[in-house]
Amino acid sequence: MKALFYILIFVVIATAFWQFFKILGLTKKDQVATPKENNINGWLMLGLGLFIYGLMLYSMFQGGIVLLPKLSASAEGEHIDRLFIMTMTLIFVVQFITQFLIYFFTFKYRGIEGRKAKFYADSHKLEVWWTATPTVVLSLLIIYGLWTWNNVQDLSNAENPLIIELYAKQFRWEARYAGDDNQLGVGNVRNIKGINTMGVDMTDKNSADDIPASELHLPKGRKVIFKFRSQDVLHSAYMPHFRAQINCVPGMVTSFGFTPTVTTEEMRVYEDTAVKFAAINELRKENGKDPVEFDYLLLCNKICGNSHYNMQMKIVVEEEADFNAWLKQQKTLAQIIN
Amino acid sequence: MSDHHHKETFITKYIFSQDHKMIAKQYLITGMFMGVIGVFMSMLFRLQLAYPDQSFSIIEAFLGKGGEGGVMTPDMYYGLVTIHGTIMVFFVLTAGLSGTFSNLLIPLQIGARDMASGFLNMISYWLFFISSLIMFLSIFVHTGMASAGWTVYPPLSALPQAMSGSGLGMTLWLVSMAIFIASSLLGSLNYIVTVLNLRTKGMKMTRLPLTIWAFFVTAIIGVVSFPVLLAAALLLMFDRSFGTSFYLSDIFIQGEVLHYKGGSPILFEHLFWFLGHPEVYIILLPALGITSEVISTNSRKPIFGYRAMIASILAIAFLSTIVWGHHMFVTGMNPFLGSVFTFTTLLIAIPSAVKAFNYITTLWKGNLQLNPAMLFSIGMVSTFITGGLTGLILGDSALDINVHDTMFVVAHFHLVMGISALFGMFAGVYHWFPKMYGRMMNKDMGYLHFWITAISAYGVFFPMHFLGLAGLPRRYYSNTAFPIFDDLLHINKVMTAFAIIGGVAQLIFLANFFFSIKKGKKAVQNPWKGNTLEWTTPIEHMHGNWPGEIPEVHRWAYDYSKVDDNGDLWGGKDFTPQIVPIRDGEEEF
Repeated sequence: MKALFYILIFVVIATAFWQFFKILGLTKKDQVATPKENNINGWLMLGLGLFIYGLMLYSMFQGGIVLLPKLSASAEGEHIDRLFIMTMTLIFVVQFITQFLIYFFTFKYRGIEGRKAKFYADSHKLEVWWTATPTVVLSLLIIYGLWTWNNVQDLSNAENPLIIELYAKQFRWEARYAGDDNQLGVGNVRNIKGINTMGVDMTDKNSADDIPASELHLPKGRKVIFKFRSQDVLHSAYMPHFRAQINCVPGMVTSFGFTPTVTTEEMRVYEDTAVKFAAINELRKENGKDPVEFDYLLLCNKICGNSHYNMQMKIVVEEEADFNAWLKQQKTLAQIIN
Repeated sequence: MSDHHHKETFITKYIFSQDHKMIAKQYLITGMFMGVIGVFMSMLFRLQLAYPDQSFSIIEAFLGKGGEGGVMTPDMYYGLVTIHGTIMVFFVLTAGLSGTFSNLLIPLQIGARDMASGFLNMISYWLFFISSLIMFLSIFVHTGMASAGWTVYPPLSALPQAMSGSGLGMTLWLVSMAIFIASSLLGSLNYIVTVLNLRTKGMKMTRLPLTIWAFFVTAIIGVVSFPVLLAAALLLMFDRSFGTSFYLSDIFIQGEVLHYKGGSPILFEHLFWFLGHPEVYIILLPALGITSEVISTNSRKPIFGYRAMIASILAIAFLSTIVWGHHMFVTGMNPFLGSVFTFTTLLIAIPSAVKAFNYITTLWKGNLQLNPAMLFSIGMVSTFITGGLTGLILGDSALDINVHDTMFVVAHFHLVMGISALFGMFAGVYHWFPKMYGRMMNKDMGYLHFWITAISAYGVFFPMHFLGLAGLPRRYYSNTAFPIFDDLLHINKVMTAFAIIGGVAQLIFLANFFFSIKKGKKAVQNPWKGNTLEWTTPIEHMHGNWPGEIPEVHRWAYDYSKVDDNGDLWGGKDFTPQIVPIRDGEEEF
């Protein structure tokens, strides 16, 4: 009933609008657009162009502090960031020029009675120019992009990488380290039973020394190769600070790798992060919440059910010695299950 | 046609009409109804994003159990975003846009009495109506509407255990879409056949207005890609209802192992995006076609680079069918395949850039008549560029890794296809309203509508890019679970304010549209001084479109402000309709 009431209000507002403007328009002559309309709207279009410029500049300078830290936390991420800055610069330049032309021309050539438009239907030379220019620029972007892509995706030449499985389920992440042999035992949902929540096949000789963990610890400076599995629906492992993302697909193992280069401690004192978290803690204080510290995060980034928005895992990057000490304290699957 | 003197009853004239002009209006009104629902849903979930824990009586009033206490549940939120996406993409911007303007303009602009098959055309509309009705009703089912996102990826959409919206709501979604696809195919085939066979004398393909080129190519893309979505939907129905394993494998959910083995959800993604990406152009090309026509007419200048525009449309259409993989860069696909899709995807920027430059050159040295249709068209070019440029980031596989499925994507596609196509659609409505209803829309309301809508559109979607670059995923019911996103809340509030202002402003358009049908000023035959054939038909609609012979065409559609050797306007007017024969000493362009 209340919904009907709201709808009724909307209808009344709409009707009022119509009546008001109808009275306003009674004295007007029918014309494609009157000189006055052209003039006012020409100026307003110039204003819209400025509004867009303003939004762009404001977002760049003021919005800048909300962004991810400029410092990529992985070696591979640096390539991505370089390509990103290059592409973004190009985008801003093209955006500035084209939007200027659109709104400036609209303003400059707003209709005046008696002016003749220029009959200008084609120019072979111009067409060639603006087909060729994007082609050249895009070729460069494509080449650099593909080089980066292959660099990031290539896991074949990593020396002694650390192998970790990330296992996704509604609405939790679990991790499994490959242990002393650095080989993961195979897993399948059909093996899930009691404490063996990841469905690891315990008859596989590689399984016994695998180490399950509920927090993801990574060593600085060593390449990590992740193997991803999902237990139920699609999930996506998203680690924005490392510029890393890949889907977890039921029935399939996907993989992704990167080399962490910045420990959690180092990232906490990095300028961008410090500024961002000072602002966050200021806001939290206003709302009566406890202050927080920076932590790397693994988020789920593929809709996976109603608690999708809260599926996360903390990541800790530390010096290799600290990492090894931590790993030693964890129990292996054999110790847990048997 | 011999049957245009039949006596019309109310039912054959207004309901089961076979007249393309009436069917166009039916499409428009149905599309607008669905659009109101889709936009209203977005306003509700924008409230949730900006004020995650606050109670609003409007949420309780409209969402009932899903909004108890004035705060919507996560299931309701996901349902709203799913149905918002489905409705806006398919029901408003595919059927509402193509269905309206292809039907209205193809026969009128090529000089035909009606569509090739009026009967199929009628069936096409009524299938669309049934599918809209089913989609509408699916919102109200007990277990909730479909809520796996508009892309309905299995296994989430296949298993009712995974999400309550994947029960009856999802079944109805699939049934509705299957019927929708049938409707779309019948429509598209009709458009293709009509354009190829029913052009009037003299209407060579190279004299067609760009609107018709756009509708024609759109219909071809639709025929190529929509059947694949039908296949995907059918296989999903099999998996859901008959226990097959096309998309499902090795699943453990709610404490039990399911029997599925050997399928792959990635197969669904391939099938879905084989339609899904061309779909972007099914939405966008008609809007670009309308924009071409409106900008040229109101600049009083020929469209710049007519042939290049056609070549761009064809190039975009071809490329659009071989780029679907860029939606799947992070599915774990072979990196080589990713490289191929990056290559083809970034190529699309070339014809798109050509189109954008041609629009800008058309404005140059024109005598711009800034009526509401023209403002929306210029706005469309602007949002098309703003949104299109970020495609360089998303289409580049290496860069996509970090922004895939974040709010950056949402900002990108809303600007480049959502807002752009919507602006194109508004431009079309303002421009061809006199042709549809014989009356004019109120221009001042049109201006107000444009100004509020344009500023709100940028106000909502420009800051959204920065949320994505800050790492905020899309489809998050709230950001409060992550302190790292705490500082994004005030941006969300600004965006929500713009969204609500922009949403409410559509009331101005609705009021203007519906009141003008009955009370608008009477239109003259050629209110915008256009060249195309539809402005030679009588104001009062008649079956068969022209009272006598169908006029013959002697020139292209863009002879605006053409001058003779002395620099004087031909015939003393700044436009020369297509029906005017080439004069002595005049060269055809």
